[in-house]
Amino acid sequence: MTNHAHHHDHDHAPAHDHAAPPQPDEKIHSYYQILGLAMKELLIEKGIVTPDEIRRMIEFRDSITPATGAAIVARAWTDPAYKQRLLADGSEAIREFGLDMGGTTLVVVENTPAVHNVIVCTLCSCYPRNVLGLPPSWYKSREYRARTVREPRRVLAEFGTQLAADVEVRVHDSTADMRYLVLPMRPAGSENMDAAELADLVTRDCMIGVAVPKAPAC
Amino acid sequence: MGREFSPGTRVRVREDFPFGHIRTPVYVRGKEGVVMRRFGSFPNPETLAIGRDGLPKKALYEVRFRQADLWPDYQGALCDTLDADIYEHWLEQV
Repeated sequence: MTNHAHHHDHDHAPAHDHAAPPQPDEKIHSYYQILGLAMKELLIEKGIVTPDEIRRMIEFRDSITPATGAAIVARAWTDPAYKQRLLADGSEAIREFGLDMGGTTLVVVENTPAVHNVIVCTLCSCYPRNVLGLPPSWYKSREYRARTVREPRRVLAEFGTQLAADVEVRVHDSTADMRYLVLPMRPAGSENMDAAELADLVTRDCMIGVAVPKAPAC
Repeated sequence: MGREFSPGTRVRVREDFPFGHIRTPVYVRGKEGVVMRRFGSFPNPETLAIGRDGLPKKALYEVRFRQADLWPDYQGALCDTLDADIYEHWLEQV
């Protein structure tokens, strides 16, 4: 908005007659944002949490990014025993990366030449935050949530992912306490890459299942 | 409790529309699928949502549906599937 500078110019004006009324925060606060803020203030007021604890938790949340998930995928590609552990018990296997699923369970689903997995949460926005960080805004949109279960191939095509008709598209609707992570297929042409180089090929969208990793053409 | 579905069991999701916080999507209610695995037992989200303890815990199953069974006008491939996680009290054996 353009009234930012204006707001500052008049901020210190004494409170009389024609002084500009205080400008509201430019952010639009929805009902639930206000509810969240009120809850936070009450918890602080009652001494249940401190602002420092909240900030540290936000910092911790921000430290988890798709790069975290990409490192896990690259490890699975280069270490067959780790891949086995990851598919058998995702929550346990990510502890090797210092990660913890908290009250949820990580289920890793593997893409193969015959099956392509894609993740959605139609009821809300369940997402493997403890592995990938915060979900992209489109993941939470009603359009993605409604259409992915109903016409997954069209949604995938809009992300640039075309799959052959004989590949089973398997949609996972995260309806409960399971959080899903797609283990993509290691792309052809990546045979000589090490785990760090491989991790660079694995994007967030590949681990949601709307895209597939591609080795750089050379 | 009492109901146990082993992998491979053909199940139908109850066609029921109670009020409240229900984690069984409407589009699978009344549909048939196959139990893939049992994830364990979890507090019942329907009673958790109203401030209760969620007990007794409910078994949670991964159920696989054929997309063609979910959507009569499904445009994708016949082999396409959808997995949803469904609590035991929503499932009945076919």
